[in-house]
Amino acid sequence: MNINATLIGQSIAFIVFVLFCMKYVWPHLLGAIEERQKKIADGLAASDRAEKDLELAQKKATEQMKEAKAQAADIIEQAKKRATQIVDEETQRGHEERAKIIDQGKAEVEAERNRVKEELRKQVATLAVVGAERILAREIDSAAHSDIVEKLVTEL
Amino acid sequence: MAASGGELTGSQYILHHLTNAKMCSTDTGLAFNKACADSGFWVWHIDTLGWSIALGILFLAIFRSAAKKADTGVPGKFQCFIEMIVEFVNDTVNSTFHGRNPVIAPLALTIFMWVLLMNIMDIIPIDWLPATAGLIGASFFGMDSHDVYMKVVPTTDLNLTFALSIGVFVLMIYYSFKVKGFGFVKELSMNPFNHWAFIPVNLVLELVTLFAKPLSLALRLFGNLYAAELIFILIAMVGLFQLPLHFIWATFHILVIPLQAFIFMMLSIVYLSMAHEKH
Repeated sequence: MNINATLIGQSIAFIVFVLFCMKYVWPHLLGAIEERQKKIADGLAASDRAEKDLELAQKKATEQMKEAKAQAADIIEQAKKRATQIVDEETQRGHEERAKIIDQGKAEVEAERNRVKEELRKQVATLAVVGAERILAREIDSAAHSDIVEKLVTEL
Repeated sequence: MAASGGELTGSQYILHHLTNAKMCSTDTGLAFNKACADSGFWVWHIDTLGWSIALGILFLAIFRSAAKKADTGVPGKFQCFIEMIVEFVNDTVNSTFHGRNPVIAPLALTIFMWVLLMNIMDIIPIDWLPATAGLIGASFFGMDSHDVYMKVVPTTDLNLTFALSIGVFVLMIYYSFKVKGFGFVKELSMNPFNHWAFIPVNLVLELVTLFAKPLSLALRLFGNLYAAELIFILIAMVGLFQLPLHFIWATFHILVIPLQAFIFMMLSIVYLSMAHEKH
């Protein structure tokens, strides 16, 4: 085979190519690849984290929802209880009020009746006296028989 | 068959395809091809040099443009393709070579891509470029087109494969001394028989082993591509039947092309990593 000066030329070309590749090609490409790898790994980790966060948040939300529902039910229950209580109390009070008013009315009626009775008695007494006076004016003077009239008045 | 000029016999046709374009300087100035028969060592294969350097520059231009555009954003298809190759080479280097050396990975990438591109030249129909060169030579320089030689696959030139393997070999020797120092000499002289009386025997054995590495590296690549080229030439001579045959051989050759590039790269890495290891 013919080995000749081409060998030298090829060797020089080879060395130059390797040096160029070493200086201007390899570090740039590999650097970019490694940096991108890191970026992708970071992104994947972040998405993983976000997914976990989301899951956690959802769990928390459902928990809070449940709690809120329970609270609401509690509050409604309490309100109902309170309402019946208030109704009861009011009925009670109403009954009492009614009884009181009725009592008062009765007392007033009683008093009125007593007063009217008294007046009637007085009027009857005076009527009786007037009657008696009229009768007596014909027969006797009033002074002599007033004690009998008095006695009649008290008996009425 | 040869596209231009008169009739060639079969062997002439083969020989025409397997001869490099030569250039040398004689007393009367630059001389070419047959005039260089007596120039001995100082002959330049201008086709090997031209094609290999052009392909090397193509490789570096492609990768340099990718390197310039490289950022951490979403890469384009071209960027992805280039980075796939880089990552492939990087993974191969990392799985074989465990030291820290800034030379080996770029060296491996250069070897792989350069050898791959030069091997791919083998796929180009074998008459195209030589015939074009013959036509140019005949019409512009007034040469007989049979005297214009153009061997387009640089890896079928021993000069190129040896240039590569010697480059690797020099690095092997350099790192062996750098890492092991005198231990390298000891490794050569005290293996495999660890006794002073066996030093000459050991030296012979180990030196043969050592020199077999670049030799096998260069000859393997050369042999594979030269044989493939020869078969392409032979297929081209069988007339119409060359069409299916050429297709079959080219398909098979698509496997050989990256394989040989990969083997050359892989063995270079292995040899260099052996140079870094202390026994």
